[in-house]
Amino acid sequence: MRNMKMRWRHVTLAVGLALALVTVGLAKISINGGGATFPYPIYSKWFSEYNKLHPDVEINYQSQGSGFGIQQIQKQAVFFGATDGPMTPEQLLGAPGKILHFPTVLGADVPVYNIPGVTAELKFTGAVLADIFLGKITKWNDPQIVKVNPGVPLPNMDVTVAHRSDGSGTTYIWVDYLAKVSPEWKAKVGVATAVNWPVGLGGKGNDGVTSLVKQTPGAIGYVELIYALQNKMTYGAVQNANGEFIAANVVSVTAAAAEAAAKMPADFRVSITNAGGKGVYPVSSFTWILLYENPKDKVMAKTFVDFMNWMLVDGQKFAPGLGYAPLPAQVVALEKEALKKIKLQ
Amino acid sequence: MTGKKTSVGDFLFNTGTGVFALVLVLLVAAIGVVLCIQSMPTIREFGLNFWRTQVWDPVSGEFGALPFIWGTLYSSFIAILIAAPISIGVAIFISELCPNSLKQPLVFLTELLATVPSIVYGLWGVFVLVPAVRTVQMWFPDWLRTVPFFSGPRNGVSMLSASLILTIMVIPFTSSVAREVLKAVPMAQRETAYALGATRWEVTRVALHYARVGIVGAIMLGLGRAFGETMAVTMVIGNNPKMSLSLFAPQYTMAAVIANEFTEAANDLHVSALIEIGLVLFIVTFAINAASRMLIWGMTHQKRQTVAMPVKVVSEQAS
Repeated sequence: MRNMKMRWRHVTLAVGLALALVTVGLAKISINGGGATFPYPIYSKWFSEYNKLHPDVEINYQSQGSGFGIQQIQKQAVFFGATDGPMTPEQLLGAPGKILHFPTVLGADVPVYNIPGVTAELKFTGAVLADIFLGKITKWNDPQIVKVNPGVPLPNMDVTVAHRSDGSGTTYIWVDYLAKVSPEWKAKVGVATAVNWPVGLGGKGNDGVTSLVKQTPGAIGYVELIYALQNKMTYGAVQNANGEFIAANVVSVTAAAAEAAAKMPADFRVSITNAGGKGVYPVSSFTWILLYENPKDKVMAKTFVDFMNWMLVDGQKFAPGLGYAPLPAQVVALEKEALKKIKLQ
Repeated sequence: MTGKKTSVGDFLFNTGTGVFALVLVLLVAAIGVVLCIQSMPTIREFGLNFWRTQVWDPVSGEFGALPFIWGTLYSSFIAILIAAPISIGVAIFISELCPNSLKQPLVFLTELLATVPSIVYGLWGVFVLVPAVRTVQMWFPDWLRTVPFFSGPRNGVSMLSASLILTIMVIPFTSSVAREVLKAVPMAQRETAYALGATRWEVTRVALHYARVGIVGAIMLGLGRAFGETMAVTMVIGNNPKMSLSLFAPQYTMAAVIANEFTEAANDLHVSALIEIGLVLFIVTFAINAASRMLIWGMTHQKRQTVAMPVKVVSEQAS
C-alpha cells in the first residue's frame, strides 16, 4: 500500500516538472499599450485574433483615452500608445525619443438629434453645425436649417446642445471639423480633446451624450458612427467640401481616407475632416498607434512590428464588421515602408 | 498589556499593529505631498487667480476653478439644507418614538441606503429623477421664472437634480450618525425630564439639546460626503462650468471635472490644474471630516463625565 502511494507521488512530481518545463519553453511575450477608447473594440479583436495565431504573443491594451495614451508613451510606461488626435509638436518634443504615428483604421462622428415630430434624416451644412454649437442658432425652425431641409416640419423649439463632458478623441474629431468650417469656432473655441464649450450640456461618454439627446426634446449631440450604428440611432447627413450631403457609413468614410491618401504627409499626422471629393463623409478621422522609432526592448519591437504588418493586411478585414472603415491600399503601402524605419537592432 | 509581563509575541504584535497605523498616517500625508508637488505648475502659473477666475479653457491653457468650487459648495449646501431636517427627523423617530419591533428594520434600511454604490444612484438619477425634474420645470409659471433661482433652460439635468440626488445620498449618513448621537444621550437626562412632568415632545427637545453638538457633527459629515460625491453628480448636473444662481442651470463640481477630464488631459498645465482642484478638495473634505468627527467624539465621550442637569437649567442655557 505504502509503496503504491510513494509511486503515485513520484508520478505526479514528474508530470508537474514536465509541465513546468513546457511552460518555460513557451516563454510568452507580453506587450503593454494604452490610449484611445474609440478604436478599443477593433484593437481587442485584433489582439485576441493575433493571440490565436501566435499563442506566445500577448498584447494588453488599457483603453483610458487618447490623453492617457500620449502621456504613457511619453513616460515610456507602455510599449505603444494610441490616440484619436495626432500628437502636437510640443507633445512630440516632450518625449525622450522620436515617436512615429501609424494610422490603423478610420472612424467618424455623426450628429444625432431628438426633434419631436421629425423622423426624416436631417441635412446639416458645416456652417449650421458650427452656429448651433456656438449657440448662435437657438431654434429648430431657424431659416438656415429650414433652407437645407425643405419639406421637413421643423418646429419652433429651442435647440439644446449636448456634448462630451469627458475629454475625448470623439470631441477632437468633431471640433476639428467645426474649426475648419467656421473661422469663428477656430478663433473662439479651438481644437482639443476637451474645449471650453460656448453652450450646452455635458454628458460622460457616448452613452452620456446619447441619453441627454434621447431625454431632451430639441437636443442635438454627436457620437461615434459605430455607437450610432450599434444603437440603431437616426443621424443626420453632413455637407462635404464638394457641397454634397453625405450620411456616414463605412463606404463614405473609406472614401474620405482614399481622398487623403494622395496627399498623405510622411509622418501620417493628418486631419481628414472637411475633405472634398465625391461621396466623402467630412467628419471622418484616422486613429493612430504611437511607437518609438528606436524602442528600448528589441524583442518586443520585433514582435510588435510583425503584429503591425499582420494588422495592416489581414487585420483590416475585421474593420467593416465592427463599423470602422479599413485603410486604403495606398496608405497600407506607405505604412509598410514606414515600419521599416523602426530600429530592431 | 499591563507592563511587566510583556512577552516577545506581545511586543511584536504591538509594534506590528503600531507600524500599520503609522503607515496609514504616512499614506494620508504622502497623498497631500504628492498633490502639492504635482500641482506646482498651476500654482506657479496662476497663483491665487486659479481660485478667483471663471474661464476654464484647456485649448488656450487658461484655468480658473471658481465655477467648480461654486458648483460644489452650492449643490452640497442645498443638499444639506434639505437633508438635515429629514435626517434629524428620521433619527428622532428611530431613537425616541419608534416601537421596538420597527426599530431594527428601519436602522437596517437606512444603513443599507448608505452602501448603495453611487453609480446606481446616478443611473436612477438619469432615468427617473432628471425626467421628473424636467416635468416640474415645465410647469413652472413664467412669472416665477424671472426669479434668478428658476431662470435658465428647462432640461432636467441641472443644479436642482444634482442637489436632490445628493440629498438622497446624504440622508443615510447623517441620520445614522445623528441616531448614534441621540443614543449617547444619558438615560438620566430623559428620566429627569419625565420626573419633572415633561411631555414626550419636551423630553425629545431635552435630548436634542443635549446632543446638539453631535448632530451638527453628523450634518457636517454629510456635507463632507456631498463635497466628494462624483459619479452620481456628474451624471445629472449637466457639466457646464458657468456660475449661476439658478437651480435650473447646468453647472459643474470639482469632483466631476476631475473624473471627466483627467484621462484625456494631455498637456501638463491641464493635468496640474486638475490636480490642484484635487488638492483643494482633499484639504476641504479632510478639514470638514476632522471637525465633524471631533464634534461627534466630544459628544459621545462626554456622557461618562457629565452629571445630568435639571431640565430647567438646560433650557435656560439654550435661551
